Amino acid sequence: MKRFYYRAIKDILENRFLTAVTVATIALSIMIAAAFALFFINAGDILNLWQKGIRMMVYLKPDTSEAGRLDTKFKLQSISSVQEARFISKNEAMEKLKGQMAHHAALLDNLKENPLPDAFEVSLKPSAQKSEELAFLAERLNTLPAVAEVEYGRQWIHRFTGIINLFRLAGYGIGTMFFMATVFIVANTIRLVLYSRRDEIEIMRLVGATDRFIKIPFYLQGMIQGGAGTMIGLVLLFGGYFSLTRQFDPGVSTDFITLRFFTPAVCAGSIFGGISVGWLGSWVSLKQFMKN
Amino acid sequence: MIEANSNAIIRMFHVHKRYGAKFALHDLTLDIQKNEFLFVTGPSGAGKTTLLKLLYLGQTLTEGQILVDGVNLSRIDRKGIPLLRRKYGIIFQDYKLIPTKTVYENVALVLEAAGRKPRLIEKKVRSVLRTVGMEDRMKSLPLSLSGGEQQRVAVARAVVGDPKIILADEPTGSLDTESAGIILAFLDDFHSRGATVLLATHDQELIKKGGARVVQLREGRLWSNVPL
Repeated sequence: MKRFYYRAIKDILENRFLTAVTVATIALSIMIAAAFALFFINAGDILNLWQKGIRMMVYLKPDTSEAGRLDTKFKLQSISSVQEARFISKNEAMEKLKGQMAHHAALLDNLKENPLPDAFEVSLKPSAQKSEELAFLAERLNTLPAVAEVEYGRQWIHRFTGIINLFRLAGYGIGTMFFMATVFIVANTIRLVLYSRRDEIEIMRLVGATDRFIKIPFYLQGMIQGGAGTMIGLVLLFGGYFSLTRQFDPGVSTDFITLRFFTPAVCAGSIFGGISVGWLGSWVSLKQFMKN
Repeated sequence: MIEANSNAIIRMFHVHKRYGAKFALHDLTLDIQKNEFLFVTGPSGAGKTTLLKLLYLGQTLTEGQILVDGVNLSRIDRKGIPLLRRKYGIIFQDYKLIPTKTVYENVALVLEAAGRKPRLIEKKVRSVLRTVGMEDRMKSLPLSLSGGEQQRVAVARAVVGDPKIILADEPTGSLDTESAGIILAFLDDFHSRGATVLLATHDQELIKKGGARVVQLREGRLWSNVPL
């Protein structure tokens, strides 16, 4: 095996420029594809975090009686996806609003009557926090007789989920494109090396070398290029990630958004993936070349 | 039906080789005995090189059968070709040395391809290079050597794996008389150690010096078969 590595490294050194271009292109492809993946991970984290804290506000009709309110509370609590239903009277809501509008609370004092409705603040079990589940639940709650309106930031969730799905689709597309591009680039590099070495390969065959003996160094070359390209791509991405997170307001970063990079296991998996792609590129070239 | 001949290492039966409509070899039947030194001669285009190529499966025959060391070449699959070629040491007129590898690496390649251990390879390669007088040039690249030296390296590469058969295609074609004599002496030496040598040449001086059976081809046909 040592001699195969020796031959592979010798080939790489003899074709430095070609190898450098290949590795750089792989690095760039991996960096872009991994940047998309990193975006999904962090955007997904933000969405999950936001959905975990989601509350559904169930506003009651103005003329709802005490009995109607109790009936609504009972019905809310009997729904399996509801964790808790807390009643917030119109007066409590007003006090809360005044607290939130500390500097403009005087404006609210001038109101002749409290325009806010009585409401229930409904917290949900984790299983009900998906966008579709929320929509379904809101529709169901809307049918209760005392309920005037259900509000849970539907538009925001829909929009955010839509954006993530769009990016995910684009990511799959770009990932597939870069995967194919990487295989193609490695395959072409190996093909160029093979053609520049065709006399040597012919001589090897004449002296009794097996196809395996001829192929292994080329497989190693492809794998080294794939692995090196992936490592460089990840390092560049980490550099970008690091400089981006440094610019974030620490308060925002710690309280709400905690950006994270790939785990070591994911990085190792990516490098393994890069090596496999390098192998695949070599395989494509060798399959074609060795037929002749 | 192939008749038994326990002493023949190469047997050819009604061998035909055609390139398009043109016959390169026509109905050639020939036995070559173990440890025989055989000259194959004839003018250019007579079929000498084609004959050698058929033996190492550089070409496939159109019709007929060839047995090498008991193996029917028509029945060898792709994986069997390297094993067949390890039975041979092949010497080419144009040497076919790898220009980017040193003399040592060129010769060692045969043993590496056969999966021999590095220590054995080093010992064997040095020994063979010493025999052909090229030990002191083993770190040189082929293009820095003269034609005669390159051919000596090619001979070293051909014999380093202790092949049963040496196929030499015009090995002295581009050499001066003195260098040609040296190459012939090497081949004679390996023949005396038990190898079968098949030497294709149109050099009549060389044939006279060799003193061995001469098979003459003309237009792909066996023209004469003159025993020693």
